[in-house]
Formats: sequence, C-alpha cells, structure tokens
Amino acid sequence: MSVLDVRDVSIVYRVGDFKDIGLKDWVVKKLKGTYYAENFYADKHITFSLEKGDMLGIIGSNGAGKSTLLKAVSGIMRPTEGEVICNSNVVALLELGSGFDGELSVKENTFLRGALLGYTRKFMTEKYDEIIAFSELKEFEDRPFKHLSSGMKSRLAFSIASFVQPEILILDEVMAVGDGGFRKKSEEKTREIIAGGATTILVSHDLTQVRDMCNKILWLHKGEQITFGTDVQQICDNYEAFLNGWNSLEEIKEIYG
Amino acid sequence: MNFIQKMKKHGFLFQELVKRDFKTKYKGSVLGMLWSIISPLLILLVMNFIFSNFFGATIEHYVIYLFCGNILFSYFNDATNYGMTALLWNADIFTKINVPKYLFLLAKNVQALINFGLTLIVFFIFCAIDGVPFTWRFLMLIYPIICILLVNVGVGLILSALHIFFRDVAHIWPIFTMLLMYASAIFYDVRSFPPTLQKLLYVNPVYQNIVYFRDIVLNGFIPSFGYHMFILGTALLLIAIGGFIYHRFNWRFLYYV
Repeated sequence: MSVLDVRDVSIVYRVGDFKDIGLKDWVVKKLKGTYYAENFYADKHITFSLEKGDMLGIIGSNGAGKSTLLKAVSGIMRPTEGEVICNSNVVALLELGSGFDGELSVKENTFLRGALLGYTRKFMTEKYDEIIAFSELKEFEDRPFKHLSSGMKSRLAFSIASFVQPEILILDEVMAVGDGGFRKKSEEKTREIIAGGATTILVSHDLTQVRDMCNKILWLHKGEQITFGTDVQQICDNYEAFLNGWNSLEEIKEIYG
Repeated sequence: MNFIQKMKKHGFLFQELVKRDFKTKYKGSVLGMLWSIISPLLILLVMNFIFSNFFGATIEHYVIYLFCGNILFSYFNDATNYGMTALLWNADIFTKINVPKYLFLLAKNVQALINFGLTLIVFFIFCAIDGVPFTWRFLMLIYPIICILLVNVGVGLILSALHIFFRDVAHIWPIFTMLLMYASAIFYDVRSFPPTLQKLLYVNPVYQNIVYFRDIVLNGFIPSFGYHMFILGTALLLIAIGGFIYHRFNWRFLYYV
C-alpha cells in the first residue's frame, strides 16, 4: 500500500495587488481600475505515488511548482483539483529559517520548534541533550538565537527536525547545511532516517545528490509534470540535456509522451 | 477533529507560543511585567486628577467608578492590539507548517488575560481601601470577565484577519479604539445624556461589560437575566464572525503574506 498518493493534483495559486496592501491603496486601485489579481495553476495534473522507504527527488527549474506541491503534501494548502491521500500522520517539513525567534535563547527556540513540528514535551525533554549535542551548539544554548551565524541556525534546524522518526520526511533544498564537517554528518543522518523506513521527498538543485540518493524522480516544468519514474539516471541525463540546451522542451516532451 | 481535541494535540505548542510571546514582549525583565500593571494605574491617576473635579462630586466612589471602566477597557485595548498582529507576525510559521492558525491569536490573548488578572488584584485592593462593601455578588464578576474575554477573542480574530488583508488596519485600529474609549463612559456619567444616546452606547461591547461591573461593585445589584443574555449574545456574535472569517480564509491567508 502506498504511503503517499498524489492523484491528478492541480493547485491554483493567487497572485496580485492584494499582497502587502493597505485599505487606502486598495480603494485607490479599485477606483482607478488598476487593481490586479490573478489565479494561475502552479501545478497541473500531478500524479505520483510513493511506497514506504521510497526516496523521491523532485527536479525542475524555478517556478516549476515544487514548493506549492510540497505545501499540498504537507497539508498547508489544499489541492484545487485532485486529491492527496496520505496514510501517514507525520509530515516533517524542514524549512530552515522559519519559526525561530531571534530574541529567544537557543534552548527556548529548540523547544518552540520542536512543538511546531508536533513533538511532545516529553519527547523534547528527553531528546534535548542529544539534539543540542548533534548541532554542536551546546555552549550557545543560553545565548539569544540572533547571535548565531546562519550556518549555526541551519545546523540547529536540521538537528531538531532530524530527531523525529517521520513517516514522510520532506527536504526542501536543505541538504547543504553548515560547513563541510556538518554537511557530511547531516547527510549521514538523513540516510539513517531513510534507512529507518521513512519515505523521503527531496527537492534539490544538486543533481549528483538526486542521482546518489533517490530511487524515484519527478520532473516538473512550469507546473506541468514532465515525467515521473524510477529510472533516475536516465531522467537526470535528460534533465541535464535540457538545462544545457541540447534538448528543447518539445523534444523532451516527445520522449516522455 | 473538534476544537478540544485540537487544543489537546497542540497543547505543547500553545504553551510554547504563550511563553515566546511573553518573553519577547518583556525581554525577560520583571520590570517589563510590572510596567503593564503600573501603566493602567498611572492612567487611572491622571484621569482621577483631571476628571474628579468635574464628575467626582456627583459620582460616589469616583476612583472605583473610573477603575471599573479603565480595567475593562485596558484589557480590551491590550488584547486587541496584541492580537491584531497575531497572524501576520506568524506568517513565517503557518506558511510552512500545518498548525491551526487561531493558536497564535489565543496565545496573545492569554498574555493580555494575565495582565488583566494582575490589574484585577490591584482593583480589589483599591475597592477595599475606598471602603466599597464586598458582598457575595462580587463572585458574579466572573460573568462579565468571561464575556469580555470572548469579545476580545472575537474581535482579535476579525482584526488579525483584516490586518493580513489590509496592512493599514494597524494604523486605523488605535484611532477606532480611542473613539470606543470615549464611548465607554469611563470617566463620565451617562445619566445626563438623552435616553436614546444612553441606549446607543450599549452597542459598544466594552461598555456593556463596564455597566455590569459597576452594577455589582458600586450599585450592589446583579443585572437582569435578559442583560446576561444580551452581553453573552454580543460576545458570541463576535466570536462567530471571527470564526467564520478564519474558517472561510483558512486556506487563503497564505496568499496575502
């Protein structure tokens, strides 16, 4: 039985002048008739399914609809059409900067973020020492979070998230964390989580990583699904050929029908 | 999942959010906390100094009369002004992690409630000093406190949503609350007003609860059953409107940030 089933999912995203607007601007723009708002499909008819232990790589250039798709998977957005069937209750999203507060101490932030990721207080109290040791930030635990360098912040974020045993783990361009030493450690940790039976979704612009780690691959382009399959190397080759301009989009589409 | 189950599930997160808001507001200083009690007292002092010459002669226990108005209005003012930013300031979180969005507002309301509780203690001390007779009726004060709490949550829900849609709500609201303050009969007596105007003031939910407070503390009687229904009805109506907006826009808030 599949852990995650994405069936013919289309997601409408809304952009326009309503963002960051004041009541006054809104009235002025409405009166002048320059008010602009538009719905567009960030994702069109995406279909794929993952089994337990799968590692999916999502590739595609900026604006391909990767992040929007992940939002639907993690339940932050609802698909406009189609459905996301997720039999696992845990979806850990590793998003680095968000949910931290600069004024709070490193320790307080660790607990806050743990709570945000859905851990219990008991779990956090038990695991705190391990988490802080893994992030190598023990000596900073009582310092305000804003004093950390961005590399340290990423390390902390990764450490907190990696201590869950998620059924589905989403890694949205977060693999390149910290300096060389920590990067290696975090990759090992990720492999450990995957080996533990988690289903993982990896969004990365680093194709070597995708080739190394993934057994399934989904290629998106401007919201359209170019292909989904298990022949990771082959699809990566074609993607590279497309990126380098050796193959046009039409040719690629022909290959995948 | 219903509300209670959700609160149970997110209990740890809720506590951490309350803690965070508390710490960031007072930056961990005891004086910061103390300040939130001192400031309404200072306002009380100033108002007493200015208005006791005008109204003090005709109103018995004028300081307590003022305090009844002040304490409820300050609570409303605090709760709505903190609450207004609840969604926007946490946009970072709810666009990345799937959590009930009203948690942020409720956390802010807890903070305002704590401040209110502390001021309430001072209020009772003032009552004792001023020789206001304490009776069993004081127990009924819990009723308007619950009502104003619901009003604050309801208005907070509406405001925090509006603030996401139109950023200048942050500038409009303080002006509106000032207007509301003058319409709350905090320092004057309404008996000199024409009857229609007196009735009109009851549109203001803060005034509704101030009247209840004064009836118990100064006039020594419990308002009618109908009045109980009226103020609870107003509070529930505001909650319903706020809840409806949150429900309706739950999936759309993220377009606005």
